[in-house]
Amino acid sequence: MKAWLGVLGLLAFGGVLEALPRLGLVPAGYLPPPSRIAVALADQAHQPTFWAALGDTLRTWLTGLAIAVAAGLVCGVVIGSVPLLREATASTVEFLRPIPSVALIPLAVLLYGTGIRATLLLVVYAAFWQVLVQVLHGVGDVDPVARDTADSYRLGRLARMRYLVWPTALPYALTGVRLATSVALVLAVTGELVIGTPGLGREIAVAQSSGAVPAMYALVVVTGLLGVAANLVTRAAERRALVWHPAVRT
Amino acid sequence: MIVRRTVALLGLPAVLVAAWWVASAGSTDFYRPPLARILAAFRDTWFGRRLLDDVAPSLARLAVGYTVALCAGIAIGVAIGASPRLRALTEPVLEFLRAIPPPVLVPVVILVAGIGDLMKVLVIVSGCLWPVLLNTVEGVRAIDPTLADTARVYHIGGTLRLRRLVLRAASPQIVTGARQALSIGIILMVISEMFAASSGLGFTVVQFQRSFAIPEMWSGVLLLGLLGVLLSLGFRAVEARVLGWYHGLRAVARGSR
Repeated sequence: MKAWLGVLGLLAFGGVLEALPRLGLVPAGYLPPPSRIAVALADQAHQPTFWAALGDTLRTWLTGLAIAVAAGLVCGVVIGSVPLLREATASTVEFLRPIPSVALIPLAVLLYGTGIRATLLLVVYAAFWQVLVQVLHGVGDVDPVARDTADSYRLGRLARMRYLVWPTALPYALTGVRLATSVALVLAVTGELVIGTPGLGREIAVAQSSGAVPAMYALVVVTGLLGVAANLVTRAAERRALVWHPAVRT
Repeated sequence: MIVRRTVALLGLPAVLVAAWWVASAGSTDFYRPPLARILAAFRDTWFGRRLLDDVAPSLARLAVGYTVALCAGIAIGVAIGASPRLRALTEPVLEFLRAIPPPVLVPVVILVAGIGDLMKVLVIVSGCLWPVLLNTVEGVRAIDPTLADTARVYHIGGTLRLRRLVLRAASPQIVTGARQALSIGIILMVISEMFAASSGLGFTVVQFQRSFAIPEMWSGVLLLGLLGVLLSLGFRAVEARVLGWYHGLRAVARGSR
């Protein structure tokens, strides 16, 4: 029942978008009807440049994400487990985190030109903090009673990691990864759009400046689908990895 | 104790800035000027007419766009969240719209609204709306059933119910959405100006980079970073006021465990 309503909602949304330009309420030059966008999308699917751009975007996105997640996990666990380190870095983390990564665009261009590394810098910077902060929260959230229990049983360093820190921090870390995934996509596309790194973002800018409006909308739809896919995959992964967790089990 | 906390708070930042200062002091690298020159450029560049001509309009557009997105997001979110049927109907559409990376909306909005102030505000609204809206929906959906039933038993309805029950109960979620929206808003403010503009913060910084005014460009990066930090501090101050009751409640719940 619920799924049907969702499909109905999608159809209605598409119908309204189709009707607006067809009835002349919105100029079709600004908002082409979805049927024309679909044609443009099929047209794109026949062009090798589209697949190359998609591949470039995926590569920048996933490489940046992998670097950010690895760095965030390692830094988070190390900083989180040493109280002194945690105290000393807290203010620095709080200061660096809200710096918008787009502020780094001019620097990235200056240092790396318009290549993939310029965009990677933005992606890694933005995604890293998402993971780091969540892991820090997670490592700090160990239940006091569980910690006292571990003390009483004289668990060693490794056993503590495995049975105390890992299960507590995992849900947080996965949340961090999920947030980082969508942020990384946003920044990958941003870099392509503004800096001109090869990828879907650059194709969108090109389509816009050459007046290929349906193609531009088709590419925007593709980035949206990438985002949806990322959400679905990370949420499914979260559910799988946390089957034992009370929040998922219920 | 106070000394210890001050050291913990300012120690590392001070060391980092000092390290930057020392390491760059004698730098002749064109791209990495000494920090002293960057700071001098910062003073000369931003404390003057630029503050009024470039910084203030950017921030004003951000404020307008963010406020509109906040109000619209909460209003639509409350409406959708209150009705299970409406929620099921709109969920896939909203999931898709939210998943579109906001910056790709810049070329789309340019098409519709040109490259003036309206475009920039619209871009900010269209990016900030979704986190607020979806989080509001979640917050309204998850209202404590006991509280909702109590309100019904007492015949609390209309505006009173909205203010005292719905918005209050959803406020932690709404604040989470508003926080995400703020960082997206800053990104979009900068990008919309980098992409197409003749004034504004993002435009000026990119212009410095293109004309190889390197110390000025670094100072622009510093200013953007500083704005991000200040806005997030401001947000936290507002959050502490709005959600004081919630954090207190959580602390009590944790302490009694």
